[in-house]
Amino acid sequence: MVGHSRNWPVIAGLGLISIPLLVMYIYLFVDTVTDSPAGSVLPNRFTLEHWRFLTEGIEGKGNIWKVTLNTAIFASVTTTVVLLVSSMAGYALSRLNVPMRRYFLAGVLMLHAFPSVTLIIAIFLILQMVGLYNTLIGVILVKSTLELPLGIWIMKGFYDTVPWEIEMAGIVDGASRFRVWRSLVLPQVQPGIVALGVFSFLAGWSEYVLPQVLAPSSNVQVLSVYLASLIADDQHFDFNLFKSVGMFYIIPVIILYIFFQNKLMNIYGGGIKG
Amino acid sequence: MEIVVKGFTKHFGDTAVIENMNLTVKDGEMLALLGPSGCGKSTTLFAICGIHKMDAGQVLFGDRDVTHVPAQQRNVGMVFQSYALYPHMTVFQNIAFPLTVRRESKVDIKRKVMEIADLVYIGELLERRPAQLSGGQQQRVSLARALIRRPGVLMLDEPLANLDARLRLEMRSELRRIQQETGIAAILVTHDQVEAMSICDRIAIMDQGKILQIATPAEMYQRPVNSFVAGFLGDPPISFLDGVVRQGILVLQGDADDTIPLPEHISGQPDGKVLRLGVRPEHYQPHFPTKVKGAVVFVEMQGREILFDVKLSNGDLLRSVQAASSQFKLGDTVEWGVDPAQILVFDDHGTRL
Repeated sequence: MVGHSRNWPVIAGLGLISIPLLVMYIYLFVDTVTDSPAGSVLPNRFTLEHWRFLTEGIEGKGNIWKVTLNTAIFASVTTTVVLLVSSMAGYALSRLNVPMRRYFLAGVLMLHAFPSVTLIIAIFLILQMVGLYNTLIGVILVKSTLELPLGIWIMKGFYDTVPWEIEMAGIVDGASRFRVWRSLVLPQVQPGIVALGVFSFLAGWSEYVLPQVLAPSSNVQVLSVYLASLIADDQHFDFNLFKSVGMFYIIPVIILYIFFQNKLMNIYGGGIKG
Repeated sequence: MEIVVKGFTKHFGDTAVIENMNLTVKDGEMLALLGPSGCGKSTTLFAICGIHKMDAGQVLFGDRDVTHVPAQQRNVGMVFQSYALYPHMTVFQNIAFPLTVRRESKVDIKRKVMEIADLVYIGELLERRPAQLSGGQQQRVSLARALIRRPGVLMLDEPLANLDARLRLEMRSELRRIQQETGIAAILVTHDQVEAMSICDRIAIMDQGKILQIATPAEMYQRPVNSFVAGFLGDPPISFLDGVVRQGILVLQGDADDTIPLPEHISGQPDGKVLRLGVRPEHYQPHFPTKVKGAVVFVEMQGREILFDVKLSNGDLLRSVQAASSQFKLGDTVEWGVDPAQILVFDDHGTRL
């Protein structure tokens, strides 16, 4: 507690800087449950009618629950693929005698540095050719691939911190290499797995460009695309509705952050060694 | 079970770490692999337990040739310097792991873990995690895990190096007790000669990838094959005096005034031959006959004993360990004697004559 009181100028400074953000979030919430007269900042009426879209849907748009389900599938399958591949590839790169390891790692990192927008036309053409355009699977594959470089590097960094002796002990104790990885090494990198999982899920949940371009049709729509189509629609312009859907969209993100904020820090705490 | 290593050779890249090594560990024996760091002792250990492949040579466990058997099937127990306990498992799970891998029944596992836990005195710690244990307790758990499968051979890789001085003494005798109670052949890798001498049946001393001598601790102390072995064993260490033979007497280097007659068992050395004498601190005492003069330049009180460094007129040092009642002081000029029967004589290649 002594440390906290010493830090009060820093906390006050940061608080001051954060005020605009906070005000925006508060208004985002307030506007979803109230009406304000035109030109006024203060609401004058409490109402739940902006949340009607949950039960009644929105005229001319897809079912919000179907879209939410799509988003959840998109984010969680992407996360699963990223976790599976990164946890194994990171181990291989950290421990096994992979030929050209340095070039591989450098190449992977290069892919990470590539802005995905520059690839989008090529990916679009490829997906159309193999028949995965306008499918969830197609966009999941693309998103996972683009998330993998970071995932592999992070997991490799975590594996590098696990002592060799633990693996040697496991092997001498009679366990196969796979058993050693699964029962002895994987639990040591669990913080990395959790952090990477949350990170990938949030990245998938908030992804907009890829689904917009590669899977725009209404039956595979995700929330970000749905939200964009709402504001692009000039016919029924309803700002409060837009804010309500936006609020609905960020609730899972906020919940995840509240529960996992400490674990997320691990990504940076785990350290990445080349 | 007897462990035999034949013609073991190991290269890392272009450098040969070990060249054509032969070693036998007898059944029930505790053998020390002793040597300075980087001498290849851990490499030898890893080759025997199968973690490293051998570039050439054979390993026999009893009659069974295990050279090409993977580490998992060699049935060796290993204790690491860092203990290498599995941090996410309880002590019970740690010890049980080798049996879990073999899919033994829960009842059997429980019974065996209890047995071994009693042997190493950790019965009340089974529900804890490694992070909640002291260094000595972790060491015991690690030992229990290595022993639970009744391994053919027990490997101890610097097991005491991470313990503080008092615990090290305690665990040293514990290691020996447990090894003797189980009767399992053990190989102890260490750079600490006191450890090797105090608890091992035999010592294999290594330097630069070669075994220089294999002998019992007493034999190795009294009759080292060369000056390296003589210098490695003994605390405080042996002192060396270099000189040249002149008419059966060794004239010390740098100063023709200091001479030591060669002991009787070393006779007939030609004039001009370069020799090195090794004198252990307990053999340089006031009452011995072959007198050597010098000045006390360093005094270290060790409680029961006092250690003196005596500087000869040519600058060489002789060490002496005497009872704490000794009255000599720093700066005293002394003329103490060397026990002629105990002088070790080495030729210019370091080989003992």
